Amino acid sequence: MKFRGKITDIACLNHFTRVVTTISKLTKTCVLRLTPDHLFFILPGKVTNGGVGMWCQLLQANFFQEYQMEGVTSEVQEICLEVSPEPWSRALKTVQSAKSVKLKLTRKHCACLTVAAELPTLSSVGRVVTHDVPVDVIPRRLWQEFQEAGVPDFDVSVYLPPLKTMKSVVDRMKNLSNFLVMEANLNGDMNLKIQTDLVSVTTHFKDLGNPAWGDVSSQDGGPSQSRDPEVMAEVTVDIRKLQQFLMGQQVNPSKALCNIVHQNVVHLVLLHEDVSLQYFIPAVA
Amino acid sequence: MQCVVTGGNVKVLGKAIHSLSRIGDELYVEPQEDGLALRSVNSSRSAYACFLFAPLFFSRYSIPTGLNFRCKMAIKSVQSVFKSLPTLEKTVEKCHIGLNEQKDRLTFTLHCKHGLLKTHNLSYQDSESLEAVFDKNSCANVFKAQPRVLVDTVVHFPSSLEEVTVTVSDERMWVRNHVEDEAECSKAMLTELCLAADEFDHFAVKAHYSITFCLKEFRGLLLFAESTGLPVSMYFDEPGSPVVLSVTDSVLEGNFVLATLSDDRDLQKSNKGGDADQSHPPDDFMNDDMDAYLIAMDTSAAPGPSTADLPPPSLATSRKPPAPNYRTRTHSDEEEDDDDPERPPDKKFRSLFFGSVLPPSSQMNTQPLPTQEVLASDSEDEAEAE
Repeated sequence: MKFRGKITDIACLNHFTRVVTTISKLTKTCVLRLTPDHLFFILPGKVTNGGVGMWCQLLQANFFQEYQMEGVTSEVQEICLEVSPEPWSRALKTVQSAKSVKLKLTRKHCACLTVAAELPTLSSVGRVVTHDVPVDVIPRRLWQEFQEAGVPDFDVSVYLPPLKTMKSVVDRMKNLSNFLVMEANLNGDMNLKIQTDLVSVTTHFKDLGNPAWGDVSSQDGGPSQSRDPEVMAEVTVDIRKLQQFLMGQQVNPSKALCNIVHQNVVHLVLLHEDVSLQYFIPAVA
Repeated sequence: MQCVVTGGNVKVLGKAIHSLSRIGDELYVEPQEDGLALRSVNSSRSAYACFLFAPLFFSRYSIPTGLNFRCKMAIKSVQSVFKSLPTLEKTVEKCHIGLNEQKDRLTFTLHCKHGLLKTHNLSYQDSESLEAVFDKNSCANVFKAQPRVLVDTVVHFPSSLEEVTVTVSDERMWVRNHVEDEAECSKAMLTELCLAADEFDHFAVKAHYSITFCLKEFRGLLLFAESTGLPVSMYFDEPGSPVVLSVTDSVLEGNFVLATLSDDRDLQKSNKGGDADQSHPPDDFMNDDMDAYLIAMDTSAAPGPSTADLPPPSLATSRKPPAPNYRTRTHSDEEEDDDDPERPPDKKFRSLFFGSVLPPSSQMNTQPLPTQEVLASDSEDEAEAE
């Protein structure tokens, strides 16, 4: 089992660092799954996470100038590691000016993901800094937990309003209530509502647009054509989970949408050029 | 006593005070014949700093002959005189420091633009003399570097990091974070930076030592060095012996003396590190093979094989007799070298002043201080044991 990747392009390094930083803001630990073509950051939606699930997918060719890996066996070209993204993000942030950054799986006192950067200096010899982030190798018998959750059979799919706006709304609502209702309909309307004994606040977003899922064959047909476009599908979620998701976003995605399964789960999907991030927030019981 | 600081030197003085605040809570002021000495020490006596400003630093420096005066004051109050240094730089034309012995006050008067006068009357307390005597020239290893090099090095370590270990060989210096105990070893991120000899203005190694000291205080010095652009000199000897960092200029001299861990285990590690005096290991993909590890993983329920690589920590530390080159001049005549025999033989920072052993400052909160007689204390000393 080996892994070695090298980034020499500054923009790629910057971009990769931002991805890892975003992940670090969403969760304290996650699973890093490496395949010959992709990197995945996975948080399976378990009760221990409060049911929140995350799936982030990167095409390695868009980030790494060199990428070599050998999976656990010659047939299974995959590696699964449990990693804490926060120290990893810290390490990457300090090497932004590096000439090259190597990411590799090593064995020091324990299994580590090593970030080795060559820093520019005035002297003849480059300065090398290494950060060893301890990781846990996940045995194969646990791997089925980390498969991609398919897109749920949603009732409504709608594009999200600008994330910054959503964040400032949710930040203020958090002061009033712990639970927030997200609802949307096929007319491109979305509401964020909170209700307490003393006050209820609703923020309305209109004309957001609904993505067309018509040709996605994996699910059993998208929203049924006969659904009344005015009817809202809603989910009551823990506001802090939504806030955490919004806090972590550093870059505006090229596409941001949200699938709502009525009273069940909110499935947020952010698509950037090279990265796709999916986040599942379950309904509060 | 009357001192006047003008122009850019006001900022330098302010920066020195801010640096000293990283060491301890109190500022010890002692006007001397050869200049004004500002000192600070931390509560566990494992870090000491002194700035000596020569009379030429001041546009006026007059102290009555035979003045034998020293005092201490809360460093936060002095810091508030020099807060917001960028504004200070723009508005303050001169700073006048005067002593009012009747009222036990030190007066700082800032003469600012537009005829504005800001007067700060700070009360002081009488204090004992505070001076660590150390001999830089007897140290085995001497280095000198531009502050930028050192700042760029410490930036890779998180600001919460307590201690760093510096290891040297003939051509290189390695700086890595120090991990206290076994439990942390498997969780903590290890960072290591390697500096080549030619990044330094001066690199003289007589012995391949490896020392561990507190990063926070080191950053305090860098704060000053970076803003004044003065190169930093570093002197150290074997582990246990303090490391001295200094900045010098024609009109001022700053010395930071930090205790280092005295520990057999570190010595072992340094020997390994010193011998492995190779250039960065060849970029060999094959070395990173995880297969053996993985096989163990699949068959066992517990994660990973036991970390047999790391030698078990040696509990016995060699307690060296206090080195002759550091002691305190105190008013008290008794010189005590008290070791509390009940303390478990743990790694400790060697106190600079008593040549005895105190727990490192990071353990201050969790363990009561051994009953050691604190000699250099004044009448209003709060109990050091929390």
